[in-house]
Amino acid sequence: MSADTSLPVLTQKDFASDQEIRWCPRCGDYSILAQMKKVLPTLGIPKEDIVFVSGIGCSSRFPYYMSTYGMHSIHGRAPAIATGLKVARPELTVFVITGDGDALSIGGNHLLHALRRNVDLKIIMFNNQIYGLTKGQYSPTSPLGKKTKSTPFGSVDRPLNPLSVAIGAGATFVARSADVDIKHLTMVLERAARHKGSAFVEVYQDCNVFNSGAFEFATKKDQKQENCIYLENGKPLIYGNDRDKGIRLTGAGNPEVVNLSDVKEDDLLFHDESSDDPTPAFRLAQMRWPNSPEPMGIFRSIDRPTYDGEVDRQFKQCMEQGTADLEALFNSGDTWDVKPK
Amino acid sequence: MSSESSASKSNGQPAGSADAKALQTMESVVIRFCGDSGDGMQLAGTQFTNVSAVFGNDVSTLPDFPAEIRAPAGSLFGVSGFQVCFSSGEVFTPGDEVNTLVAMNPAALKTNLEDLQRGGTLIVNEDAFDKGNLQKAHYDSNPLDDVDGNLAAFRVHKVPMTRLTRDSVEGLGLTVREADRCKNFFALGLVFWLYDRDSTPTEDWVKEKFAKHPSIVEANLRALKAGYNYGFSTEQFTVHYEVPSAELEPGRYRKITGNEAVAMGLAAAAKLAEVELFYGGYPITPASDILHELSKLKRFGIKTFQAEDEIAAITSVVGAAFGGALAVTASSGPGIALKGEGIGLGVITELPMIIVNVQRGGPSTGLPTKTEQSDLFLSYFGRNGDCPMPVIAARSPADCFQMAQEAVRIAVEFMTPVFLMTDGYIANGAEPWKIPAISDLKKVSISHPQESNGNGDGFLPYLRDENLVRPWAVPGTPGLEHRLGGLEKADGSGNVSYDPDNHDNMTRIRAQKIMNIAESIPEQEVEGPESGDLLVVSWGGTYGAVKSACMESRRQGKSVAHCHLQYIHPFPKNLGTILKNYKKVLIPELNGGQMWMILRGLYLVDAVSFSKVKGKPFLIGELCAKIDEVLES
Ligand SMILES: Cc1ncc(C[n+]2csc(CCOP(=O)(O)OP(=O)(O)O)c2C)c(N)n1
Repeated sequence: MSADTSLPVLTQKDFASDQEIRWCPRCGDYSILAQMKKVLPTLGIPKEDIVFVSGIGCSSRFPYYMSTYGMHSIHGRAPAIATGLKVARPELTVFVITGDGDALSIGGNHLLHALRRNVDLKIIMFNNQIYGLTKGQYSPTSPLGKKTKSTPFGSVDRPLNPLSVAIGAGATFVARSADVDIKHLTMVLERAARHKGSAFVEVYQDCNVFNSGAFEFATKKDQKQENCIYLENGKPLIYGNDRDKGIRLTGAGNPEVVNLSDVKEDDLLFHDESSDDPTPAFRLAQMRWPNSPEPMGIFRSIDRPTYDGEVDRQFKQCMEQGTADLEALFNSGDTWDVKPK
Repeated sequence: MSSESSASKSNGQPAGSADAKALQTMESVVIRFCGDSGDGMQLAGTQFTNVSAVFGNDVSTLPDFPAEIRAPAGSLFGVSGFQVCFSSGEVFTPGDEVNTLVAMNPAALKTNLEDLQRGGTLIVNEDAFDKGNLQKAHYDSNPLDDVDGNLAAFRVHKVPMTRLTRDSVEGLGLTVREADRCKNFFALGLVFWLYDRDSTPTEDWVKEKFAKHPSIVEANLRALKAGYNYGFSTEQFTVHYEVPSAELEPGRYRKITGNEAVAMGLAAAAKLAEVELFYGGYPITPASDILHELSKLKRFGIKTFQAEDEIAAITSVVGAAFGGALAVTASSGPGIALKGEGIGLGVITELPMIIVNVQRGGPSTGLPTKTEQSDLFLSYFGRNGDCPMPVIAARSPADCFQMAQEAVRIAVEFMTPVFLMTDGYIANGAEPWKIPAISDLKKVSISHPQESNGNGDGFLPYLRDENLVRPWAVPGTPGLEHRLGGLEKADGSGNVSYDPDNHDNMTRIRAQKIMNIAESIPEQEVEGPESGDLLVVSWGGTYGAVKSACMESRRQGKSVAHCHLQYIHPFPKNLGTILKNYKKVLIPELNGGQMWMILRGLYLVDAVSFSKVKGKPFLIGELCAKIDEVLES
């Protein structure tokens, strides 16, 4: 049977569940859901082979709105649940949907280990720099000084940089996009979905109730080109409304903004997402607005054996040896016979 | 290798022929080997056990490890012990009083002497009683000089084991340290002689184990033989003993620990059900061996995952169960506490999974290497919300095999997480296990639906059968796509529901589903009179001691029955009736009275609690005394 004739062509609608969507009006989550529904039909994977696993938080309601298999689990544990599922059933395509609090605070440990193991999971972290579901406490990505219900005098916690964490953990695919940047987000989600290994995608997501406008710099039409650099593999880092600025490395290896009128394109920093050395990706992850223009897109995408793949390989090797004889197992070690008297 | 065969020849000689010393027959003997944690006492004890088992005795063992991996040599808290009871009758515990104590140093003597029976045999390595070791054991003077007459009650044998061992391995080119390592084989050889054991199985073991190091093989065999000959030829020992073989049911046997039995029971259940087993675990004493054992068994369709912590272990199990695997985790108190939230997710998603709780002393990190039964409440209640779960408990090392399979059956038939309770005592303890015929094992059948149950309205993951059990549909099945989760489910559709009546209904359904399990478990049995003065109720690893104590009481003409619970939630249907058939009910437990509280609460029975929380199993003697006390009150 060829795949072409046996697989029905799926559309966005096929991935919508019958559940009423209960996010706040104008929540950034709607856009991410819509882009996901666009991407899935392009993958050629039957609906029943796709599973969405989420933790707890507003974003984690996501699986209910998809007509695939899904599990809305407990706070922070989605990566571990997804790991168990993927190890048991390596043939499934497993997405993890999580929030910044869910993934980096309560679930930090699990995220770290899923990434360092390179479990073949697509982890999509909706970052709104706030706790949405619990109504507005600061999160591990909230900026210093942020005033929230639990930090009325301003937060004194230093924020985590999610992409640096992911790269530090050895993630093989690391990317960033923004909820309303529809084309870019679709591209990033599709690339993540096609990546073999753990893909970590940070999506800037507007929580217009508790943290409205946190990512305007990266989403407003008239600002984003000036504030962000859209990464393209093999291409120099160029940005700006008029594409007149670029990034060059100083002698000390630090990125600096240069004017293209002063510098040749060849002298700019070229993006190499497949570098085995994590340093270039880490350098990009450290570039944050407003201190510097902020990169968006795919920071890193490399090939490494996946955890579930390796477990399965060992498992099949052992199974093929065909010695699963219970009787032999029971009789292993020292045995003795008691004769009838 | 000629020296090896000569060693085995002389060791294997039938006692009594060339040996003129008196041979006394004993029914049952308890030996304890104790020494520094580096002295190889676990090995000596295990070898003695194997030899006794092969000879045909019934055996029961209790290893006792120090909590520190490498305590300073000679220190009181670094003492490692191994107790074995072997008998020509049936044995149910490793024994109360020690008949023969082998103490390799002063610290071992100090910490173990009080368990030696009056008139018992004490064998000490007198070479180890030097100034430094005496100081480390906080002795002001050498106890072997016995100025206070403390040793007068025992038959004391001071043996210069270090020197004799060194002499026996001379010429093999061993370092002093290597030579001294063989002391345990000297001690073992001596005890082999003392109890008239054929050491051939141990010699074979040494040859196989150290096959790559011929000099070590030779050294150990020589030490073993030296110990044996020492007993045979010195004037110190005038008698030795024989313990005839027991009348065990005919068949093939092996020795098994509780943890091994759990692993084998699970592997057998999965293999027979033709389903893959997923084990997610995080190392913790005394449960780690289950992970170790299963990790070796990939060829049986077993995948093991050493998670980053217990929370990941249980949640990986939830994920694997969703995927259709037979999903298992094991831990001990602190780890089970961490797993609570994930287990609750298992309960509300109604997915089958097995959680083995190998109990140890608590609370918190408590006594990691010691046994207790104090996680009963934790397993019974230790989750948020009304979160009912079946709880079953193994009663002995070999019984873990049976109960592991039973846990699988209940989990799968009723779509629920199941607690299987064991404890440090039965997890590490060993007993002979009659190897079952594969054809006698019950197969659990697992099926995942392929067709929708929704009459055209999509799949209803929470549509239930007559037992209130929902279907186990798994990802990859076309048309059955559904979402599970921790939020309350609407009955039938499984959609999120905050409807108050639905929550009330679902809470009751989940509880009733678990109660329905009572229909599928055996009725409670009682050993002894069906009604009478006293019923002793026990559960879990205290089985052997309580059974022995009740047998002893009946032998003395007392009206004492024993009811041992293996099914704890739900209880067998007839338990309430049984409890009312006796004038008094006594509940001994290695905790503060947890089962006592549950049974009083459920059955309004005025039971008496006998609680011991010392990190040690019950002694038969202390149970007999308590039984008498309750009978007389
Ligand atoms: C064990 C546990 N602790 C706390 C909570 C409460 N809680 C639910 S969601 C959440 C934070 C969610 O924030 P985030 O992950 O950023 O997601 P968002 O709601 O913003 O999408 C918290 C603290 C919980 N459900 N479980």
